[in-house]
Amino acid sequence: MSIKVLYFAGLREEFGCAGESVDLPDGVANVAALRDHLVANGRGALATAKNLRCAVNQEMASADAVLKAGDEVAFFPPVTGG
Amino acid sequence: MTVRVQEADFDLGAELAALRAGDTRIGALASFVGLVRDLNDGSAVSEMTLEHYPGMTEKALEAIVVEAKTRWDIYGTLVIHRVGPLKPCDQIVLVAVTSAHRGEAFAACEFIMDYLKTRAPFWKREATPDGARWVDARESDDSAATRWQQ
Repeated sequence: MSIKVLYFAGLREEFGCAGESVDLPDGVANVAALRDHLVANGRGALATAKNLRCAVNQEMASADAVLKAGDEVAFFPPVTGG
Repeated sequence: MTVRVQEADFDLGAELAALRAGDTRIGALASFVGLVRDLNDGSAVSEMTLEHYPGMTEKALEAIVVEAKTRWDIYGTLVIHRVGPLKPCDQIVLVAVTSAHRGEAFAACEFIMDYLKTRAPFWKREATPDGARWVDARESDDSAATRWQQ
């Protein structure tokens, strides 16, 4: 199952990468598991980021949000607009 | 309901005139304009860059306005948020709301702004004498948004 992962702000800068396609191994079925999978594959900042936020298909999502093929998952720090 | 995310500046007078043009029901127009300050967390700020999440940003802003419309009897709404490089004194954001009476317009305008600060995916990066830094979220913004849930 393949999904699209996006990074914003400090995460994008740290990874030098705004997004990547990720093939999820069996058992990686929600946001928390995806985060662990990415951390184990070179995206360590996702483990240490303070108050990491996540959106699935452009809506704010919690760590237990279930993922399906083709989803767009974004990780980012707390927002600071306005 | 109009939501715009743009690099270009906006003409406040023209935007407000357009928002209320020809609508004789309107007795109140409340607006808020956010500006770039030259000082943040004790450091001089010479420039700021606003990043956003295209697609989600517009959806999030529209959802906030829809929520405001369920809470208050308001007519027109306008949200403009700029992205890209900005300098002190530049306009960042405009929220404007029309209604029959001032109470609804004031409240809805403040609500939209408070929710925008905590729910719309924008991030500020500031240039300071010590280098560039991403702006940290403020707890006071979270509490400003939370009070509308009580």
